Amino acid sequence: MKKTLAKPSFHALAKTPTGIQGLDELTGGGLPRGRPSLLCGGAGCGKTLLAMEFIVRGAQDFGEPGVFMTFEENPAELATNFASLGYDLPALVARKKVVLDFVHIDRSEIEETGEYDLEGLFIRLGYAIDSIGAKRVVLDTIEALFSSLSNTTILRAELRRLFRWLKEKGVTAIITGERGDSSLSRYGLEEYVADCVILLDHRVEGQVATRRLRIAKYRGSSHGTSEYPFLIDEDGVSILPITSMGLNHSVSIERVSSGVDSLDAMMGGKGFYRGSSVLLSGTAGAGKTSLSAHFADAATKRGERCLWFAFEESANQIIRNMRSIGIDLEPAVRSGALILQAERPTVCGLEMHLVTIHKLVKEFKPQVVIIDPVSNFAPLGTEAETKAMLTRIIDFFKMHHITALFTSLMGAETFMESSLVGVSSLMDTWLMLRDVENGAERNRLMHLLKSRGMAHSNQVREFLVTDHGVELRDVYTGPSGGLLTGSARAAVEAQEKAEALARQLGTAGKKRELAHKRQAMESQIAVLKATFEIEQAEAIRIMEQDDTSAAVLAVDRAHMSGLAQSSLAGGRRPPTPRKRGRAA
Amino acid sequence: MKTIVKKRSIKPAPAQPKADLWRLRLYVAGQTPKSLTAFANLKRLCEELLKDRYTIEVIDLLEQPQLAKDDQILAIPTVVRRLPAPMRKIIGDLSNTEHVLVGMDLLAQANRAIAGGGTP
Repeated sequence: MKKTLAKPSFHALAKTPTGIQGLDELTGGGLPRGRPSLLCGGAGCGKTLLAMEFIVRGAQDFGEPGVFMTFEENPAELATNFASLGYDLPALVARKKVVLDFVHIDRSEIEETGEYDLEGLFIRLGYAIDSIGAKRVVLDTIEALFSSLSNTTILRAELRRLFRWLKEKGVTAIITGERGDSSLSRYGLEEYVADCVILLDHRVEGQVATRRLRIAKYRGSSHGTSEYPFLIDEDGVSILPITSMGLNHSVSIERVSSGVDSLDAMMGGKGFYRGSSVLLSGTAGAGKTSLSAHFADAATKRGERCLWFAFEESANQIIRNMRSIGIDLEPAVRSGALILQAERPTVCGLEMHLVTIHKLVKEFKPQVVIIDPVSNFAPLGTEAETKAMLTRIIDFFKMHHITALFTSLMGAETFMESSLVGVSSLMDTWLMLRDVENGAERNRLMHLLKSRGMAHSNQVREFLVTDHGVELRDVYTGPSGGLLTGSARAAVEAQEKAEALARQLGTAGKKRELAHKRQAMESQIAVLKATFEIEQAEAIRIMEQDDTSAAVLAVDRAHMSGLAQSSLAGGRRPPTPRKRGRAA
Repeated sequence: MKTIVKKRSIKPAPAQPKADLWRLRLYVAGQTPKSLTAFANLKRLCEELLKDRYTIEVIDLLEQPQLAKDDQILAIPTVVRRLPAPMRKIIGDLSNTEHVLVGMDLLAQANRAIAGGGTP
């Protein structure tokens, strides 16, 4: 069994990691080692940059020197362009890690007369490769040859030979090409480079431009097939494939307080699980930010770091406003435990936000992240895109065991349980705040709609924002079944108190009465008992009397019969009572 | 380098004024048929049109590969006219004489030669 398992891995396609964030996950390890790959895309897609990052990362991170052969920009231009990405190309060249070779062809200088081949290019490339022992090669973009040389028959034959030669050299190569109308590349380079084809695209949707990457072909390897958005920022290319995050993150049983005791009490007195995602949805002004402030405050007081993305208020505004409810966030901000990252969501597209979040989280390593509100992402993309982005954020936080609180603004007209683009299903805990109009007031209610993996209260609580923070109160059900909140609740509370008092008084009276009754009953029992005892004694006496008289009678009778017998024996005369004889 | 980089220079008139001297370089990669053809064609043309006013330097890139980069050589064989300025490049085996004449700006010389040949 083990042998059969080990065998395919031995023969599996060797891959060269690109070092580009996300691309290696997408390709299952990188580009095919020792083979050329084609990178196609229109102007401004980032072909050169991606290819250059492949070379620079190889040289810096993987110890694989590289040759960058360019047909478009000279080394000085390249060095300037990539200095903004933090790539010090001249230094890499000086350390013999990278060779930049600018192939300059000026059509006006060149005349073609008869047969030729591109052996000069081979020698150049071969010399560059050998001079630093290069393992990686980029040709950017070799299609420039087609506009410089007119004999395409020779050119095609030579390109075919070139790619075969690259394979023999065993270098991992990227060949860039312009995107063609009917074919992947304008001059059909995919005919020669058939192992791996990556397409880049740059589209504008709703005034937001998004770069996308797709692996059109990867011979001998499984790969992600979708279009993946990618970004170019000061750290180079970042591709964030949704598949790069699995659902296999480890989970914690540790609980973290929400910062509101009464809310913790609704969740078994302990709060959220560490690393869980919490959705806090509510209508405008329902208290989402206030509750978030509690959460942030509690986290920083526990000694944790908290990262707060504010998409509606500036940092100073949040600090001022939260002070009015008795939460002072400023010390935490000043000590560096809390970062308030305030930004309008419309400053960039979804992917850029995602990357900003990724980067800040990686730099700051917070235990708690607050995104307030997440619903502001919705206009930046389609529903599916927004959901995909949030899924990636949530997975990312979970992987890093970050407890994340997302607030979400609900329109008053939306159905109560509906929430922003169905993200609620991704969340572990869902708190909902809503307004209830009651009499002449609007009051806030809070539900705990779900909380995975823990016992939680099913009760609706009234949510009060006081000058010392958020409080949760039980709500009352009115006589007609409606909820009573605010002053109505206070009135009912007072009434209930009075009633309770009255009931308390009544109970005491009842108790006393009962005691009296018991006393009366007990005395009656005593009387009855006494009477009974008297009667019993009398009865016993009478019975004893009866017995005595019966006994006497019996004695008498015996005596009398004895007398009669003696008279019979002694001449019929009883010895004494003559009277008796007379009477007889 | 010593053996194959043949500097088959033919310098018949070193005292010739500079503007009149043609300095040509032929880049080859080994002794391939194309290279040999190119050299033969080039020499023939030079003998016909630039007699005693040219040098041909043959550079074998297999021996001096770094020159491919320094001199921006891509195709083999390539003839580079280093002098007179401006620099011109002709790629191929030089079998198409007309193109060579155009590419090297030799038309004027050719016409003169024809004219000189026509009127003795």
